[in-house]
Amino acid sequence: MSEPILSISGLSKTYKGGVKALDDVQLDIRKGEIFALLGPNGAGKTTLIGAVCGLVRPTAGTISAFGHDLAIDWRAARARIGLVPQELSTDMFETVYRAVSYSRGLFGHPPDKARIEEVLRSLTLWEKKDSQIRELSGGMKRRVLIAKALAHEPELLFLDEPTAGVDVDLRKDMWKQIAALRERGTTIILTTHYIEEAEEMADRVGIIRKGQILMVDDKDAIMQRMGRTEAVIELSEPLAELPASIAEFPVELREDGQELCYRGGDGAGGGREDVARLTKALIAAGIDYRGIDIHDSSLEDIFVGLVSEQEAAQ
Amino acid sequence: MMTGMGFNFRGAWSIYQRELMRAFRTAFQSLIAPVITTSLYFIVFGSAIGSRMEPIGGVEYAAFIIPGLLMLTLLGETTSNSSFGIYMPRFTGTIYELLSAPVGVAETLIGFVGAAATKSLILAAVILGTATLFVDYEIKYPLFAFGFIMLVAASFSLFGFILGVWADSFEKLGIIPVLILTPLTFLGGTFYSLEMLPAPWDKIALANPIAFLVSGLRWTFYGTADVSIGVSLGLTLGFLAVCTAVITFIFKTGWRLRE
Repeated sequence: MSEPILSISGLSKTYKGGVKALDDVQLDIRKGEIFALLGPNGAGKTTLIGAVCGLVRPTAGTISAFGHDLAIDWRAARARIGLVPQELSTDMFETVYRAVSYSRGLFGHPPDKARIEEVLRSLTLWEKKDSQIRELSGGMKRRVLIAKALAHEPELLFLDEPTAGVDVDLRKDMWKQIAALRERGTTIILTTHYIEEAEEMADRVGIIRKGQILMVDDKDAIMQRMGRTEAVIELSEPLAELPASIAEFPVELREDGQELCYRGGDGAGGGREDVARLTKALIAAGIDYRGIDIHDSSLEDIFVGLVSEQEAAQ
Repeated sequence: MMTGMGFNFRGAWSIYQRELMRAFRTAFQSLIAPVITTSLYFIVFGSAIGSRMEPIGGVEYAAFIIPGLLMLTLLGETTSNSSFGIYMPRFTGTIYELLSAPVGVAETLIGFVGAAATKSLILAAVILGTATLFVDYEIKYPLFAFGFIMLVAASFSLFGFILGVWADSFEKLGIIPVLILTPLTFLGGTFYSLEMLPAPWDKIALANPIAFLVSGLRWTFYGTADVSIGVSLGLTLGFLAVCTAVITFIFKTGWRLRE
C-alpha cells in the first residue's frame, strides 16, 4: 500500500444550528490514487472537502497532508492542494487567461506563460483565453474552474461534483482529463452523484452518509465482495415447485411459477458461470424457457443497498 | 514544488494586482465619478458661494474647503472600495479560492487593503489636481499631508474590509458610507471651521471623530486647525490599531469567512 498523502482522524463538524455534518471521520488517501467519495445529498461530502481545504473550521479532529498538520503548517499543505468547487463560482468579468494566472500567483507560484497555455490547451480553453468568463457556457465555466485549480500544479486535487450539470460528451471528456492527471501522478479525490463516474475512474471508493464513513475499500474489492448477478429466466410452462437439481442454486420462483429468479455470484464473473450451469441443469431436468435477462449489480446498486440497509437499521 | 512556506509574497501581489485591475476596469465609477462630484462642490461652494465668504484663519474659503472635500471623497471611496473588494467574493462564492490558498491575514490585507489604499492615493492626487483648476492653493507641509492621507487611506481601507466581511447584503454594505461617514464628514468641518459654530455646538462637534481627521489634514495644508495635529494623528493611529485588531480576530476565528 502506498503512503497516505492525506490523513484524516476523528474529524467532526457541527454547524451553529446543531447540524452534525461530519461525525468522527477517519480516512487515509494514498498517493497517486483516484478516490471517489459517494453519498446522498447532505451526507457531508462537501463539508469534508471544505475542512481539508480551509473553507470549514472543524469542530474536532486532525487533518494532515503531505506530513503537515493543517492546523499548524497550513500554508505548506495548501500550496500543494487544488480545489474545484461544486458551484460555478468565478469572477465573471475576468478573462479566462487572467483568472487562471491569478490562481497560480495566489498559490505562490511565479508567472509561467507556458504552464498556463498548457493547462488551457489541455482543457480546450486556449481559444477562449481572452473571453470574459461570463460569455462562456456552463461546461466551459466548469473547465475554467478546473484550469484555475491546476494552475499551481497541485499534487492533491479535490473535485467536488466535477461533472454536475455537464452534458454526456463533456462528462466523458472530463473523465479523460482526470485520467490524464492521474497519469501525471496527481492524487484525486472526487465527490459525485454519478456513480457511473466512480465506477469508471476510481481506484477506491468511500461511502459517506449522515457524516459517517460507512465503507472505504478498493472499488474492485467492493464489487467482488458485494456485487451480485441477477438472472430472470422466463419459463415456457409454469412450475409448481423446483426439482432438487435446481433447488441447490440460489433461485426462487416468481410470478406464479412463470419466472425463475437467480441471485448470486461474486461480482467477478462467478454469477454468470453459475447461470450457465443453471440453464444446463434446467434443460437436463426437462424444463424449457423462453428467455433470460442477466444483470450484474453496479456500484450504484451496492451504494443504494448499503444506504438503504443503514436507514432500515436506524 | 514548495515545502515549508513562509509569507506568500506572490499571493499578496496577485491579490493586489487583481484588485487594482478591478478598479481600472470600473474606472468611471472608481475615479471619474468622484472627480465630477468634487468638481461640482468646488463650483458651487468654492466659486459661487465661496467668493462671497470671508477668509477663514487667513485662508480663502475656496482653498479652505479643499482638505474637507478631499476627506469627504477619500473616506467614502476608500471604505466603499475596500468593502466591495471582499464582499463581492463572499457574495459570488469566489472567496473559496482565497480561503483555500496559502494566504493568511497579512497577505490578504496587503492585497485587498493595499490596493484600496493605492486607489485612494490615486484618487486624492486626481482630486488635488482637479482643485487646481478652480482655486489657487499651496500645501504647507506636503510630506505630512502625504503621510496623513496615507494613514487615513490605510485606516479606512481596513475599516471597509471589516464592513465587507460584516455585511450580508448590498444594503448593509451601503449603510455605513452613506448614512454615517458622509453626514459625519459634512458635520466635521468640511465647509466651516468648528470655531464658527455657536456654543455648545462647537464642543459637541468634537464628539465627531471625523472632525479630527478633517482638522488634521487641514493643518498639513495650511498650518491651522480646530484641534491639535497630535490629537488628530493619535486618534487616527488608534483607529488603525483597532481595525487591525478586529481583522486579526476575524481571521483567527473565521467569523463570516469560514463556516
